[in-house]
Amino acid sequence: MFGLQKKDTNLLLIVIALTMLAPFILNPFPTDSGLAQFNAGYPDLMQRFVIFGIFAIGFNILFGLTGYLSFGHAAFLGVGSYSAVWMFKLLSMNILPAIILSVVIAGLFSLLIGWISLRRTGIYFSILTLAFAQMSFALAYSVLTPITNGETGLQITLDDPRILGISQTADGSIPVTNLFGMEMRATTDLALGAWSFTFSMGYYVCAVLMILAFYMSIRIFRSPFGMMLRAIKSNQTRMNYTGLNPKPYTLAAFVISGMYAGLAGGLMASMDPLAGAERMQWTASGEVVLMTILGGAGTLIGPVLGAGMIKYFENIFSKINDNVLHTWFSFMPDGLENLMVGILHPFVGKGWHLTLGIIFMLVVAFLPGGLVEGGQRIGRMFGRKKPTDDTSAKTEPAE
Amino acid sequence: MDAILLQILNGLDKGSAYALIALGLTLIFGTLGVVNFAHGALFMIGAFCSVTLQRILNLSFETVDPTRTDFLGNPAVIKTPYVIDWFGESTGAAIIDWSVPLAILFAIPIMLVIGYVMERGLIKHFYKRPHADQILVTFGLAIVLQEIIKAFYGANPIQTPAPEALSGVVEVLPGILYPAWRVVYFCFSLVVIGAVFAFLQFTTFGMVVRAGMADRETVGLLGIDIDKRFTLMFGIAAGVAGLAGVMYGPINAPNYHMGMDFLVLSFVVVVVGGMGSLPGAVAAGFLLGILESFASMTWVIDLIPGINQIIIYLVAIIILLVRPRGLLGRKGVME
Repeated sequence: MFGLQKKDTNLLLIVIALTMLAPFILNPFPTDSGLAQFNAGYPDLMQRFVIFGIFAIGFNILFGLTGYLSFGHAAFLGVGSYSAVWMFKLLSMNILPAIILSVVIAGLFSLLIGWISLRRTGIYFSILTLAFAQMSFALAYSVLTPITNGETGLQITLDDPRILGISQTADGSIPVTNLFGMEMRATTDLALGAWSFTFSMGYYVCAVLMILAFYMSIRIFRSPFGMMLRAIKSNQTRMNYTGLNPKPYTLAAFVISGMYAGLAGGLMASMDPLAGAERMQWTASGEVVLMTILGGAGTLIGPVLGAGMIKYFENIFSKINDNVLHTWFSFMPDGLENLMVGILHPFVGKGWHLTLGIIFMLVVAFLPGGLVEGGQRIGRMFGRKKPTDDTSAKTEPAE
Repeated sequence: MDAILLQILNGLDKGSAYALIALGLTLIFGTLGVVNFAHGALFMIGAFCSVTLQRILNLSFETVDPTRTDFLGNPAVIKTPYVIDWFGESTGAAIIDWSVPLAILFAIPIMLVIGYVMERGLIKHFYKRPHADQILVTFGLAIVLQEIIKAFYGANPIQTPAPEALSGVVEVLPGILYPAWRVVYFCFSLVVIGAVFAFLQFTTFGMVVRAGMADRETVGLLGIDIDKRFTLMFGIAAGVAGLAGVMYGPINAPNYHMGMDFLVLSFVVVVVGGMGSLPGAVAAGFLLGILESFASMTWVIDLIPGINQIIIYLVAIIILLVRPRGLLGRKGVME
C-alpha cells in the first residue's frame, strides 16, 4: 500500500493508529486517581511529542543514514520558528503559509551551511555545524535584534500589519493561529466515566504532518537514494572508487533534514506564536541527538520513540517530587521509607537530567541500536514475536 | 597604544583559560585518540574543588558567649572555624583567605583520581568504537557529572573570592592598571603549560608518551605497556582542566553549567590549533583570545556589528576550510 512493502505498511498503520488515538493511549489513568500525574494526554505535551518526533525523524535521515553527526540542527528549527512568526506578523494567522515559508527558509539556510560544512567529514563536520549553530545563536541574540527581537523573543502584537488577515479581533485581542478558520487552540473534551480525554485541533494538525513526515522518511529509507546514503555511511572511499560523488547525496540529506527541522520549528511557532534564540543553542541540538540515539539511529521508528521518551521524561518524570515518592513507599516502615526516598531523590524531579544522562550512556555503551534494538532483543528472547510490535508495545506511553 | 596593549592583555587573559582546556583536550586526543566531550565537565569539577575546600575550611563549631547578646537579647552564638581554632587567629584567617590557591593542592589528587577512574571505567571501552560513539558517550557523561554537581551544590553560582592581597588591581605596565587575579591566572597558566611541556620533553616517561603518540604500535612492540602511561596522561589532562577551573573561580563564580559553556569554545580552539598538536592548542588558545578581545573594541563593533560574538567561530570555519589540519596539525591525524 502507498508504494510500501508489507512490513513498512504495517509500521505506518501502527504509527497512524497510535498518533490518532494518542489522547486515549496517553491518558490511561482516571483523572482523580493518584496515578493521574503520569497522564501525558494533554494537548501541549502531545504537540511537543509529535513536533520533536518530526525534528528527530529529519535528523535521523542525516545521522542515521549517512553517519554525519551534526551538532547544529537546532539552528534550522530556530530559523523555522522565526520565519513562521514573521509570517503571522505580516501575512495572516493562517498556519499554512507560515509553515511553507519556514520549511523553505530552513531549507535554504541548511543548503548554505551544508554546502560549506560538508567539505569536511567526521569530527570536523560536527565542529563546523556546531560553530555555525553557535554563530546563528549569538547573532540572533545580539545583532539581528531587529529581526529576532533579541532576548525577549519574537512575538506577535496588536499593531502587526497582517495584510491578508486582521490586526486584532473585534474585541481588541490578538487573533489566534488557525488553519482556514480552524483554531489551533480549539479543544474538545470527552468524559468517559472516570476518564476525561482532550482532543486538540493543534495536536491533530501536527500529528497529520508527522505521519506525512514519517511516510516520507520510509520512502527515503527504501529508495535508491536512501541506499546511496547508507553507502556513504559504510564506506565513502569505496563509493568514490566506483565513480560516484557522495557530495550531492549528503548535501541532499542535509537539506532534507534541515527542512524537517524547519517544519518542526514552524509547527512549534504555529502552536504557540513566539520564537526565541534559545531554541538555537547547541544544547538544543544536543537534545535531538539524544533523542535519535536513544530511540535508535538508522531505524524508522526509533527517533519518534526517543523524542517521545525524552519529552515524557522532561514533563512527567520531572514532576515526581519527594511527596509523591513518600506516598509510593508509604507501605514500608518509616526508616526504610525515608531511605528509599533518599536514594531515589536525586534521580527524579529536578534531577531527571541525571537519569536521562545515565540512560543515554547505557544505551550508547550497550545498545548502539537504541530502544529499538532493545525491543528486538527482548522480542527474540520471548520467542518469535514480531520485533516492531514489541517496541511499540514496550514504549507505548512515550509515543 | 594603551588601548591596544590593554586588549592584548585581555586577550592573553581570556586565552589562558582556552589554552589550558584545549591543552588537556589535545593531550587526551593525541594520546588516546578519544574525543572527550566531558572535558568541560572536568573544568567545572575543578572549579567545584575550590568551592569544596572553601566549605571545608569554613567548617566551624559554635560556642556561646555569655558576656555578649545578639539583637534578640539571647546569649550570642559565635561560630569559630576549626582552622582558626587550630592555627590561631591570624594563620587561620589567612588559610581561609587563600582557599582558592590552596585548592590547587587539593584539586590535583582529586582530578588525577577522577581522570584515572573515567579512563579505566568508561573511556577504555570506547577505543575501538567510532568517534561518533565516543562523542556521544562522553556527552552523556558530561550531563551526568554536571547533574551530580547540581544535586550537591545547587543551581546557583557560588562565589569563590580571590585572596584579599590579589583581589585589587596592579600596574602591569606604566599607566596600565589590570585586575591582579587575571594577571595571576595568566602567569599560572603559563606555569602549568610549561610544566606539561617540560614533563613531556625532559622526562623518560614523557619521552615514552611522545613516542606512543607518534607510533603506538612500535612502542608496544618494544615491550612498553603504553596503555598504562596513556591512562596516566588522561589523569594529567583532567588535572590540567581541573586546575584551570580552580583558578577560574574568582573570575567567574562557579556554576554547574560553566563546563558546557567552555566546551564548544575549547573544541573550536583545538580544531583551529590542529587536532593532536599540543603547541597548536596553546597557540590557538591565546590567538583566539586576543582576536576575541580585539573584536570587542568599540570601533570594531561599530564597523562590523556583532563581530565580537562570532569572531571565534568565524575564524574556526575559515581555518577548517582553507587549512583543514589547523594551524600546526600533523599529517594523518583524523583524516
